[in-house]
Amino acid sequence: MAYFLELLISGALTGLMYSLVALGFVLIYKSAGVPNLAQGALVMTAGYAVWMVMAWGLNVWIAIPVAAAIMFGFGLIVERLLLRRMVGQPVIMVVMLTLGLEILLRGLVPGILGSTPKPIDLGIDFAPIIIGDVFINRTSLYGGIAALALVGASLLFFRTRLGTKLRAVSDDHVSSWAVGISVERAIGISWGLAGIAAVVAGALWGSSQGADWTLSMLLFPAVAVVILGGVDSVPGVVVGGILVGVLGTVIPGYLDSFAGGSTRDVVTSLIILLTIMVRPFGIFGREDIERI
Amino acid sequence: MFYRLSGTYHTSYQADRKLWKIPTDRWLVIALLVLAALAPLYVSPLYLGSYVLPWVIWSAAALSLTLLMGLAGQLHFGFAAVMAIGAYASIHLVRAGVPFELALLLSGLIAAVIGTVFGGAALRVKGLYLVMATLAMQYLVDWVVVNVPAISGGAHATLRTPDVGFLFLPIDSLASRYWLALGWAVALTVFFMNVKRTSFGRALVAIRDKDFAAAVIGVDPFRTKLTAFATSSFMGGVTGAILAFCFYRAVTPEQFGFNVSIQLVAMVLVGGLGSVIGSWLGAGFVLLAPIFLTNLVSGLAAGGWVPVSQNFLSHLPLMIYGAMIIGFLLLEPLGLAKIYDNIRKYFLVWPFRHARS
Repeated sequence: MAYFLELLISGALTGLMYSLVALGFVLIYKSAGVPNLAQGALVMTAGYAVWMVMAWGLNVWIAIPVAAAIMFGFGLIVERLLLRRMVGQPVIMVVMLTLGLEILLRGLVPGILGSTPKPIDLGIDFAPIIIGDVFINRTSLYGGIAALALVGASLLFFRTRLGTKLRAVSDDHVSSWAVGISVERAIGISWGLAGIAAVVAGALWGSSQGADWTLSMLLFPAVAVVILGGVDSVPGVVVGGILVGVLGTVIPGYLDSFAGGSTRDVVTSLIILLTIMVRPFGIFGREDIERI
Repeated sequence: MFYRLSGTYHTSYQADRKLWKIPTDRWLVIALLVLAALAPLYVSPLYLGSYVLPWVIWSAAALSLTLLMGLAGQLHFGFAAVMAIGAYASIHLVRAGVPFELALLLSGLIAAVIGTVFGGAALRVKGLYLVMATLAMQYLVDWVVVNVPAISGGAHATLRTPDVGFLFLPIDSLASRYWLALGWAVALTVFFMNVKRTSFGRALVAIRDKDFAAAVIGVDPFRTKLTAFATSSFMGGVTGAILAFCFYRAVTPEQFGFNVSIQLVAMVLVGGLGSVIGSWLGAGFVLLAPIFLTNLVSGLAAGGWVPVSQNFLSHLPLMIYGAMIIGFLLLEPLGLAKIYDNIRKYFLVWPFRHARS
């Protein structure tokens, strides 16, 4: 029972850390309708950025805002240079462009900054918290709290003036244009916000496993989270994250020993497949009705 | 200049519907075919084995995928898994004593059956969701291949391909392996050029353009989509078997990973969706351009011309590959086929600037 509880809690917290990655995906999809398959690489870049800024000798609490500013600018640049020219192109072009960006970043960033894992010390104690028989990893705990805080902040942000503009853009580009909202700027800002979300994800994942190219592999669980929760739903990220995390930890916890390992990927794949087969728009997503 | 036409002057529909509308095209293809068939005679074994042979095989793979993505418009991000099924099936069939010719066909059929299951997702969703669904299936097939010892021979195992013969000729030398691969690639090319002119090909194009509209004019989307997946997977499965027997000769699951699927989609897109010549050019470009550029830069680095670290050099192929995909999508979304077409059209009407309309 204690084993099950421990799997449950660590799974939920890992899932919340997945939702940190997934949040950036949702922010961009919601405003621009672009599936950003480079979000994993953005998280990796952000992890490297945090490490780089901290290597300048800055305190963690200054380094993270500085890295966030860098990644916000990076998001703006990516949108301006690459994605803006993809407006109106078929989805395969956008998918492949973001995958190309993912490959480019995975080569460029470790190629310049070094491919050995970069330690990010956030000052989190490595000793687990022990409640009864259950061990809780502190990094995951803080990651989970950060994820909840970030999702809450995004929900509040969508109630501000700027957030309302972004929601309008997500509803309909042409109508937003007609009422005087700058669609380009709104989409650019959503990329910048995705960059900021990537910094939080990169710092926390980087502190738990070091910042290197493997951070970009977070894309796959993040995609599962996003598909399950709904690609355009911010609260869906939390629910989807917890579900993917719990299922992806509890099931391998019992099956890995005799199924030959790495059943986590299988669970993640099955979540994606079943969601798409049963309810393609996810738990909280909005169903698109296609006109002929 | 080369075409000796200075314009197109077809006087009948039949002339316009020909496979080779212009005699020069036919002579060009025959010349290329002769050059390709004689390649073992004048290309050094090193270049033949490590550049030309993989180019030919990957062109066949790109042709298989572009039937699905270019003609039928169904996105597929798990094609490497289909090829893996073909490769492993053929090895196990040959080991069980099935003749190689039959094993190739059977492995294609097995890949077609499983590939059609992939297509089941296409009946429900399209676009982004289809990408995700096929991607998930890629991971599932990978996992099954790695974790079922009967297929992969155990985790981290390498499966050597047995010695085989094709139509009583032993496939033992590099040249014979090259000719077998070339024969398959040419067969696929001929099939692809002709399928565009059949009712099946036109049904695929109708489904690509709008499946509802296709259903209205009497094309059954259910049957056409599944047939498209089956045909493409059959071609992919046999190509996987050819890849295993003619190129790798020792198969591990990593050779058919997710990255390979991405690479195949990149070949199809860089070449130009649904284009025959694009598949050949795209496969060659995606496969060889990073290698040549990396060799160039490391040569310059060794000569002290550009100051780059070893770490940077080792990541350079990845950077070039990513930058190439981005560059093509931004600058020429229709790919190398369009660039070739532009050049061809220029010379077609030369010395005039454009043909009379």
